[in-house]
Amino acid sequence: MTWGVVVFPGANCDRDCAHVLRAVLGADVVEVWHADRALDGIDALVLPGGFSYGDYLRSGAVAATAAIMPALRAFAAAGGPVLGICNGFQILTEARLLPGVLMRNRSLRFRCHPVWVRVESVATPFTAGLRAGEVLQMPIAHGEGAYLAPPETLDALAAAGRIVFRYCDARGRVVPAANPNGSAAAIAGVANAAGNVVGLMPHPERASEALLGSSDGRRLFESAAAWVASRRPAASGAAR
Amino acid sequence: MSALEAAAASRAGLSARDHREVCARLGREPNPVEARMVAVMWSEHCGYKHSKTALRRLPGRSPRVLSGPGENAGVVALGGGWALAFKMESHNHPSAVDPYNGAATGVGGIIRDILAMGARPVALLDSLRFGPLDEPRPRRLAAGVIAGIAGYGNAIGVPTVGGELRTAPCYRDTPLVNVACLGLLRADRVATAAAAGPGNPVLYVGARTGRDGIGGAAFASTELDGAREATDRASVQMGDPFTGKLLIEATLQALETGGVVAIQDMGAAGLTCAASEMAARGGVGVTLDLDRVPLREAGMRPEEILLSESQERMLLVVTPAAVDAIAGIFRRWGLAAEVVGEVTAERRLRVLAAGRVVADLPPDVLAEAPAYDPASEPPADLRERWRLPQLPKTDPADALLRLLAHPDVASKRAVYEQYDHAVGIRTVVGPGADAAVLRVLEAPPLGVALAADGNARWCAADPRRGAAFVVLEAAANLACAGAEPVAVTDCLNFGSPERAAGYWAFVETIEGIAEACRALDVPVVGGNVSFYNEADGGAGIAPTPVVGLAGAVPDVARTVPVGFQRDGDVIVLVGDGETGLGASLYVQVVAGQAGGRPADPAPPRAAAAIACVRDAVRGGLLASAHDCADGGLAVALAEACVAGARGASVTWLAQPDVLFGEGTGRFVVSGSPSQYRALEAMARERRVALRVLGRVEGDRLRITPPGTRAPAVDLSVEAMRAAWTSLEV
Amino acid sequence: MPTVRITVMLKPGVLDAPGQAVRAGLHALGYPVETARVGKVIELAVPDALRAQVDEMCERFLANPLIEAWTVEEREAVR
Repeated sequence: MTWGVVVFPGANCDRDCAHVLRAVLGADVVEVWHADRALDGIDALVLPGGFSYGDYLRSGAVAATAAIMPALRAFAAAGGPVLGICNGFQILTEARLLPGVLMRNRSLRFRCHPVWVRVESVATPFTAGLRAGEVLQMPIAHGEGAYLAPPETLDALAAAGRIVFRYCDARGRVVPAANPNGSAAAIAGVANAAGNVVGLMPHPERASEALLGSSDGRRLFESAAAWVASRRPAASGAAR
Repeated sequence: MSALEAAAASRAGLSARDHREVCARLGREPNPVEARMVAVMWSEHCGYKHSKTALRRLPGRSPRVLSGPGENAGVVALGGGWALAFKMESHNHPSAVDPYNGAATGVGGIIRDILAMGARPVALLDSLRFGPLDEPRPRRLAAGVIAGIAGYGNAIGVPTVGGELRTAPCYRDTPLVNVACLGLLRADRVATAAAAGPGNPVLYVGARTGRDGIGGAAFASTELDGAREATDRASVQMGDPFTGKLLIEATLQALETGGVVAIQDMGAAGLTCAASEMAARGGVGVTLDLDRVPLREAGMRPEEILLSESQERMLLVVTPAAVDAIAGIFRRWGLAAEVVGEVTAERRLRVLAAGRVVADLPPDVLAEAPAYDPASEPPADLRERWRLPQLPKTDPADALLRLLAHPDVASKRAVYEQYDHAVGIRTVVGPGADAAVLRVLEAPPLGVALAADGNARWCAADPRRGAAFVVLEAAANLACAGAEPVAVTDCLNFGSPERAAGYWAFVETIEGIAEACRALDVPVVGGNVSFYNEADGGAGIAPTPVVGLAGAVPDVARTVPVGFQRDGDVIVLVGDGETGLGASLYVQVVAGQAGGRPADPAPPRAAAAIACVRDAVRGGLLASAHDCADGGLAVALAEACVAGARGASVTWLAQPDVLFGEGTGRFVVSGSPSQYRALEAMARERRVALRVLGRVEGDRLRITPPGTRAPAVDLSVEAMRAAWTSLEV
Repeated sequence: MPTVRITVMLKPGVLDAPGQAVRAGLHALGYPVETARVGKVIELAVPDALRAQVDEMCERFLANPLIEAWTVEEREAVR
């Protein structure tokens, strides 16, 4: 299986994602340059976190105009799994591949600490291997993570099962104290209508090795790898 | 000197004494451009005139050292073919003027120093000092500085993994912002700043040059050509972490080509400093053509281009064969890359603008500022300072809560949660522990431990003892992470060296650092001196040496936490260094003023206890380890209870000097009974003192003097946690 | 070349946390202002051929229409 990690100028977590995918998952990884125009041979795509283009204008706004975007849209439209992490999530909303917008944390402060999220939907490649209601621990590190969408959109997302993660406490209760940034409906991650594009603010790549405090995040990548494998024609025989 | 010469000299910012010196070295008057270059290069910040003689007394060598003092950062071997680069820098004066940008550019600058050694910057430590935070101005400065460090560090993607924050009245108008950076590199690929190879192109890379920094200390207010400056000319440097990040990636890629001969970042004194130092170190010359320097402002004069402190720029010497490929790498990352000169065999820095030579002088004249020999005299009131003030009788539990709530001790979580401490996924132990621990991803299971420490109370009372204490405390922090110290860096923050008592404190500090480093067998591989930290009318700050320490961790999985882990574990005091209330936090809190002489740090004895704890951690003999520092034993016990969320029953004397006395080389550790037996054997063999204090149990800290029934201290973990987490920033 | 000055503000009803912080800060300094809103100003030197497309630039890129509204003002010249 080949993962693509898109590198925008100012991305910080691309090497982290590549490390986890290569060293922990044992997969092949291709670094996709923002100015490339093709995404050949890639089974799943990650938009990593960081401060692409310095967060200038709005977080993710400039990256959404990058040359790679048409190829990325085509990949997503064809059903390819796409995971936007933190700034990657922001880029996906600016590119209108996901609904809503990520705004300044209500506390106005950057916050870096572990959070718990509850899995709300297993209908995505990244959560198909998890259980609905399962609680994962992953760290956040952001200043603009408050998810916002018009009320109709929030209702529609909930009704369609497109809310993928919500902030919760260690016991899985979605309570205000567990919401680190003021996100509407405690939303930590959402999916597109087809379910193949997911964005989340917490960093699964920082929670993929027990040495660093939690390996819950790894399961998102493993889930997607299994999902991709299950869609390979049985005749191909390649053991990936 | 004629009146005209004096006027010219003073307009350039050169003192009369320095002006005479430069004329003697050049054999002529410097022209106005040259005079400005010299004035900035010979400023205290760049030239180290008052400090370089004393700094030579610091031990700078060890078998691990690959690059010692004098380069952009020190580099020591780690093992496994890898090395670390480490350096600390101060940005005190800019942070007093513009706290956000002063701190941000401080972070940017130290990151580039590490990058200039060929290392990937992987961690930051910040050591901050402000006036009391219940006063509006210090609070505003603190908020700005913390936001600046977060704003720059988070965006550039280098995690801030530790540091310290302290307050004292002497920093009210003169905050201290010291930032250390750690980098990792292959041991056989250490870069150098020494230019070489006549004919090699000099390549400018990074952001374009503007007027940042011009108008600073070395400049007079009247322009040489008589025109008045526009008041909107920026004199504070502005950093751009986005460009900084691009620079990191492009530079590391460029270094991989093998075509980079020498590299230096452009920081203080910009292009002049980089070019002259690279030439001087290499024993060569450099010719520069200012017309080729990428500018972002129109109409910049030669001296402005030469002395601009625009951020995020590096200067490279490359081979002719590699120049196109290397420039291409930088341009691909969206950065400017222009050949602005070449290396020459003749040892001169020759600068052209509009086809004319505007400066032509030996690089050594710029890079080698004169070394002063200041007067040194202990302060007249030294003995007075060593007298302990009257101490009102204070309930020890009450005192303990007050110490836990003091900014020097209290949890800084409100601060460090604003820093991304995890980007890079190397951080195994982050902020809040005794030492941060990062894994060397490229060479598992190796790790690096980091700590930064300072203690102005100790240093004001006795600079030599205080400085030794600071180094030993950092080493004790590292021991709790199982790390062996391998590199020291420092920021020596002082008032004016032109006062005999001030310079005396500086020399004593150097001696104290040297003694402790010799006892620990660790070299000082680089550092920084910041003089003149004083407000107008100036008392000046207390002597504040801040030490950064990096240590080698053989197995990152083998570290232990601060907090007690299991009920029933034995609590042990390791080490019996001399302690006392002199210059202690207890005296400061209870008497409202500092006083007394610090205990004798006795570096060799402390080093033995430090090594014992380190090896005990490595050997899995401990469940927890925490060094005794501010507030002595009682605070260490309380912190271990709060961190582990469990109480302790301790039998120990409860007099203030025993509970709260401060000294070096003492640790509160815990372990199971069988772990304790192994620890006891190890300590006996090494002749390190061990005393059983009690055991982990319940949810209260009880300290009961032997032979009595009622505890002298009886506090719930909750009450201690509430005090310890009360700091608002 | 003519310049346009675009002011981008959060739509009413969208939480303006920076605006709230500014209001609080002013109050703390002794200036009890009624409200404070924080936005962005973008100045573009626009060739005549492009002038009609400024609104589209705002819609597509300079603002996020989900949460932001904008106004466009003609200016004399680039400073």
